[in-house]
Amino acid sequence: MSAPSGTVRPVSVASFAQSPNIRRDDQRNEVEGLLPVIAEVFGNIGITKDDVDFICSGSTDYLIGGPFSFVMALDAVGVWPPRAESHVEMDGAFALYEAWTLLQEGEIDAALVYSFGRSSLGDLNEILTLQLDPYYMAPLWPDIVSLSALQARALIDAGKATEADFAEVASRSRRDALANPKAQVAKDVAVDVLLQDPYVVEPLRRHALPPITDGAAAIVLAAGDKATAWSERPVWISGIDHRIETHALGARDLTSSPSTALAAQHAGVADGKVDIAEIHAPFAHQEIILRQAMGLDASVTINPSGGALAANPMMSAGLIRIGEAASRIAAGQADRAVAHATSGPCLQQNLVCVLEGA
Amino acid sequence: MTDSEVLHAEHRLEYPYSRSTGPVIGAFLTALRDGRFVGATGATGQVIVPPTEYDPVTGDDVGELVEVGPGGTIETWAWVSTPLRKHPLQTPFAWALITLDGADTAMLHAVAASGPDDLATGARVVARFKPAAERVGAMSDIESFVLEGGAS
Repeated sequence: MSAPSGTVRPVSVASFAQSPNIRRDDQRNEVEGLLPVIAEVFGNIGITKDDVDFICSGSTDYLIGGPFSFVMALDAVGVWPPRAESHVEMDGAFALYEAWTLLQEGEIDAALVYSFGRSSLGDLNEILTLQLDPYYMAPLWPDIVSLSALQARALIDAGKATEADFAEVASRSRRDALANPKAQVAKDVAVDVLLQDPYVVEPLRRHALPPITDGAAAIVLAAGDKATAWSERPVWISGIDHRIETHALGARDLTSSPSTALAAQHAGVADGKVDIAEIHAPFAHQEIILRQAMGLDASVTINPSGGALAANPMMSAGLIRIGEAASRIAAGQADRAVAHATSGPCLQQNLVCVLEGA
Repeated sequence: MTDSEVLHAEHRLEYPYSRSTGPVIGAFLTALRDGRFVGATGATGQVIVPPTEYDPVTGDDVGELVEVGPGGTIETWAWVSTPLRKHPLQTPFAWALITLDGADTAMLHAVAASGPDDLATGARVVARFKPAAERVGAMSDIESFVLEGGAS
């Protein structure tokens, strides 16, 4: 299978693994949770840690409540003899971007990317407040549900969506998740039933919120001969880009996502037909904003895995989108897919990755 | 050794440093202490409130500070029927993005109201400051916003 031509070095998503996504994993620490995921991501393609030249992880100390927790997590890989390693305090999708960037330089041919997070250890509503601007916003302790509700109301007021539209997204996502053995919330509930849910923070009802999830995920990236040796049908990253908007929430138009649109443009989303898209939209209304920003019409199958509404492991939900999209191409269910990851309040930062089967 | 002889030491995780808020954010917070609002002029003449040290779109340095508010308009809002323990109000309230009079961007704060039916996007609100003696130059110097002419 030939790799795509162009100015970027072809890099493939050679393997993907994720833990079961569950509400609370209090039997295992981070290393113990990661160990089977790392074993699976190598085992899928019959390699070991010695076959990758670089390791990059995504996690946050704020979940575990201690510094340098990513160093401890390296025990899940085993870094002896010493390995080239890096870490981002972000979702694993952004760690994947760092590894992809290093692979572009041509010095190495394979990298392991992984991410982990136990959301259950603390109160996410308080923890996520610490990502906000520390002068104007964080001192007020606005929780992520409230900030997302401000965005949802703006969307309704702008005439771009209704509460029923949010419920449609939630109903479809969790119905699709019935086919995803790793999903945390999977059920078939009709829209009119969902619309009877009470508000958590009006106008967001319970179904429009993501679950609180513990989980981990890993991907092996490969280039050159390793890409073709490790996959019968390599899944190539044909474009990847990420962009950020201002931290000043009130200076943004919350009903659109210009950073996603720009990333999608640079990643080349519109350069071909998109079969499926795995969108990291933790809150139901955000999928509507992101679809519009990436120009994905009704012909595109959105979140066949169930997306972040079915399982939202902090720091991994974005990386899982790339893995899920790649897996469907590898399985022959799609030829071209878009994966998206987000970070920050109300879709502040967004990564878009285009994947193509050879 | 009895139980009463077990030694205890309090461990408090903290970052014991102080930070200057600088000429832009510091000016805004100082104005709050005085019961006023100021904004910064951006690259295209727009007034950014609360002020950032650079234009959020172009990255240019911001220009002169101008006085804005204390009244403003709700751009979007969300009703909290069950406040969380660290929220600024402990009775049901609304979060809102509020564009102060004379400003072109919105600021986040709480709006005190008796219920969601009293609120609407576009509604007029005004800041209710803490008494002068209790203000310290922080966002919490604003108790909340209230509806203009409202009973709350």
